[in-house]
Amino acid sequence: MTTSHTLTAEALTLGYGDRVVVDSLDLTVPPGKVTVIVGANACGKSTLLRSMSRLLAPREGRVLLDGRRVHRMPAKELARTLGLLPQSPIAPEGITVLDLVGRGRHPHQGVLTRWSEKDDAAVASALEATQTAELADRTVDELSGGQRQRVWIAMALAQQTDLLLLDEPTTFLDASHQIEVLDLLTDLNRTRGTTVVMVLHDLNLAARYADHLIAIAAGSIHAAGSPAEVLTEGTVETVFGLRSRIIEDPVSGRPLMLPIGRHHVRAETAPAAVEVRG
Amino acid sequence: MPRPSVLQEVTRGRVRNASRRRLIALVLAVLVIVAFAVTLMAGQTFYPPRDVIGVVLGEQVPGASFTVGRLRLPRAVLAVTAGFSFGMAGVTFQTMLRNPLASPDVIGISAGASAAAAIAIVTLSLDETQVSVLAIVAALVVALLVYTLAFRDGVVGTRLILIGIGISAMLDSITSYVLSRAAEWDLQEATRWLTGSLNGVSWDQAVPALAALVVLAPVLLTQGRNLSALRLGDDTASALGVRVERTRITLILAAVGLIAFATAAAGPIAFVAFLSGPIAARLVGAGGSLLVPAGLVGALLVLVADFTGQFAFDTRYPVGVVTGVLGAPYLVYLIVRTHRAGGSI
Amino acid sequence: MTTADTRHLPDAAVVRRPARVRLLWLLLTLLALAAVAVLSVAVGSRTVAWADVWSALGGADGTLEQAAVTKRIPRTLLAVVIGAALGLAGGVMQGVTRNPLADPGILGVNMGASLAVVTGVAFFGLTSPTGYVWVAMAGAALSAVFVYTVGSLGRGGATPLKLALAGAATSAAFASLVTAVVLPRNDISGSFRLWQIGGVGGASYERIGHVLPFLGVGLVICLLSARALNSLALGDEVAAGLGERVALVRATAAVGAVVLCGAATAAAGPIGFVGLVVPHACRLMAGVDHRWLLPFSAVTGAVLLTAADVVGRIVARPSEVDVGIVTALIGAPFFIYTVRRQKVRAL
Repeated sequence: MTTSHTLTAEALTLGYGDRVVVDSLDLTVPPGKVTVIVGANACGKSTLLRSMSRLLAPREGRVLLDGRRVHRMPAKELARTLGLLPQSPIAPEGITVLDLVGRGRHPHQGVLTRWSEKDDAAVASALEATQTAELADRTVDELSGGQRQRVWIAMALAQQTDLLLLDEPTTFLDASHQIEVLDLLTDLNRTRGTTVVMVLHDLNLAARYADHLIAIAAGSIHAAGSPAEVLTEGTVETVFGLRSRIIEDPVSGRPLMLPIGRHHVRAETAPAAVEVRG
Repeated sequence: MPRPSVLQEVTRGRVRNASRRRLIALVLAVLVIVAFAVTLMAGQTFYPPRDVIGVVLGEQVPGASFTVGRLRLPRAVLAVTAGFSFGMAGVTFQTMLRNPLASPDVIGISAGASAAAAIAIVTLSLDETQVSVLAIVAALVVALLVYTLAFRDGVVGTRLILIGIGISAMLDSITSYVLSRAAEWDLQEATRWLTGSLNGVSWDQAVPALAALVVLAPVLLTQGRNLSALRLGDDTASALGVRVERTRITLILAAVGLIAFATAAAGPIAFVAFLSGPIAARLVGAGGSLLVPAGLVGALLVLVADFTGQFAFDTRYPVGVVTGVLGAPYLVYLIVRTHRAGGSI
Repeated sequence: MTTADTRHLPDAAVVRRPARVRLLWLLLTLLALAAVAVLSVAVGSRTVAWADVWSALGGADGTLEQAAVTKRIPRTLLAVVIGAALGLAGGVMQGVTRNPLADPGILGVNMGASLAVVTGVAFFGLTSPTGYVWVAMAGAALSAVFVYTVGSLGRGGATPLKLALAGAATSAAFASLVTAVVLPRNDISGSFRLWQIGGVGGASYERIGHVLPFLGVGLVICLLSARALNSLALGDEVAAGLGERVALVRATAAVGAVVLCGAATAAAGPIGFVGLVVPHACRLMAGVDHRWLLPFSAVTGAVLLTAADVVGRIVARPSEVDVGIVTALIGAPFFIYTVRRQKVRAL
């Protein structure tokens, strides 16, 4: 069973070289929920996620996990609580699914530790949860995009962390695989209580799957809250520079963003204020 | 929590892979021992096992004591040591930089050690210990230089490899120059520093290399799991709790040390570092740590190549020429195999 | 709708250079070449007075000094010609592979030519200098194909990194083979050094004469490929869309480069880094248009190699440093500088 952990960022400033990408940002990740971060390209959302998982050191400010600075914690201890699936993970040639998922046990093993039943059980449970058990002997190279992504999630699961951060887990996947992955992450959150934080580029998927939605613009938080609160026409315009109309998604009841461009816009679709039933 | 059938399959799969790897490592070790024994016994004169064992145990056996004890034994020991060192160091670099072509003999480390050794011996006429010291200092300086030059917002493997190639070219030309200026132009001696040779090796050369292996190999072995994690990419490895920069530096220092000591004694035996890792990977599979298998493959390669170079042809070829010649067919093999399997390098 | 100038030449300095500026640079480079050539004749491992230089140029070779100068004339000529060939070949290779790090040395082409010649001499009793050139060209062609194939394996095709690695590995393998071939042969081991690292010492008018026709052919082929290389720089698909026959263009340009490399190596041994440094320097003067870049590369290559030879003769008086070593010592830092400047994605 997972215990709830609080992950926060305080006055976080991040950058590369002399570029500042995230400017004095404060953020709290609600424990036990699915949080989605959205924003335009190069707004700093990936940078933010990388910093929260310690891949990038802050210029100023700090990231705290249960009050402890993430960048001062021993690496393996952090890896047992917080897992990250980066944007383009590299699978070594010829590695099997079983081996790759097994790598997830790294933070639980020292130099002299042998594999134990606990490790096997964690791997088996991860395979089951992602429904990749039948793929165990296959090499990762020969899997489809959706299967591969599930295998990477299985590896992160084998780490048995209470928090899972994912950087654009659905990019490059086709529609059915995107839904597959997002449903899986929701299962994990509902059944195991894993806190999920992910960066998504698709606003509508974000609105549908998020319990807590954060919109980033130019390195700071523009809006944060429930999807209904955050996804307004004003926010879309400010954050994405896009005129839009928000209606209620007939499938999920969540807000649905319809972009308004220059062509194929019916005359009566005036960009007027429309109520969203939330 | 997981279903018993899945758990069983996982355990069984893991155990199966692990035992296969162990078996192959064992077979390789046996082959190395056999090759070692053969090089001690066979040659221009054949000495039976009894004599050889006698010499090893320190007895005085007429004839064998000199040939086996003073000539063949140090040669064979250095062959195994150098092969093991190059194999382990090579696979470390190839794994860390995620590219089988990125081995230390291609990216300048070996070139640095051999340039230093050539200068030390040919120009400065230093003794063996001093040569080793100079070689290791040079190799470390080269590694540091390459690392520093490749550093811009963090080190990127691509840049590191390319800069290594550039530095290697510079160092090779320096070595060529130094050798051309040598008082006595002896081609055989020159090839020692150009491609590696075990001719005329004595205990004075073999012992430092062996000592380095004994000290540094465990350092690499303890980092074995971290090394495997690095194959998944810096980000994923970091997410799994690996301290990436620290691990990389430790690995580089240990690997460079191994190469420097081995090169100071035997020259930059061409392609051993380059070939051992991929050959070991073919045998053992992509799952576990390749350090020990690559070391064993390296040792075997050097033993066999040296023996072949000495006795298979009319001319005595130094070991480096034999292994160097293997490089081109290996590249061809890579092409053929990859095209057939449609896989990636 | 603009037609002719929809060819926007790619990234880097897309500064519109008027032809006047380029001509000016070309003139300056030619002047530099003349200056370096004179320097090469006047200066060397043996100090010589100007009076002797003039008289030697006039044909006198009575005194030791005059004889030394007389020997330098063909040497200078060879350096100029080989330098031009290598600079031009480098420019073409960089255009064909779209790789800023391409160079006949790095890609193992020169070593392959070397190996071919050594094999010919050792096993087939090859003696005619023209024969050397043909064999060297064959070796250069085969290694170019080999390296390109190895470098194209796997994801991403022939990236600069993979080509450089394939070239380095192949070069090392070929160098070992050269050693293997030469080692048992006492008759040819004297010239062993020449086939491992190039030099222009021991040049003669005869040798230059044998190589010149081949260099001429290579020059023509390369210069004729210039316009097509401009299209190729935009990417294979775009070039095809603009009407270029991509495979044919590539093959022709590659043949031109191979001829130049083969002939150059046959005459002077494997000399690296000229083909790398020169095109980069020339891009600053001439821009990215190959119709200017290639001629510039030829002239600048001549300047560079001749200057390198002069340096090699001065630095280690009274002995010499082979020009192949000097170019490596100058060229490698430049290579590293180029790598550092490039964005990683471009590699």
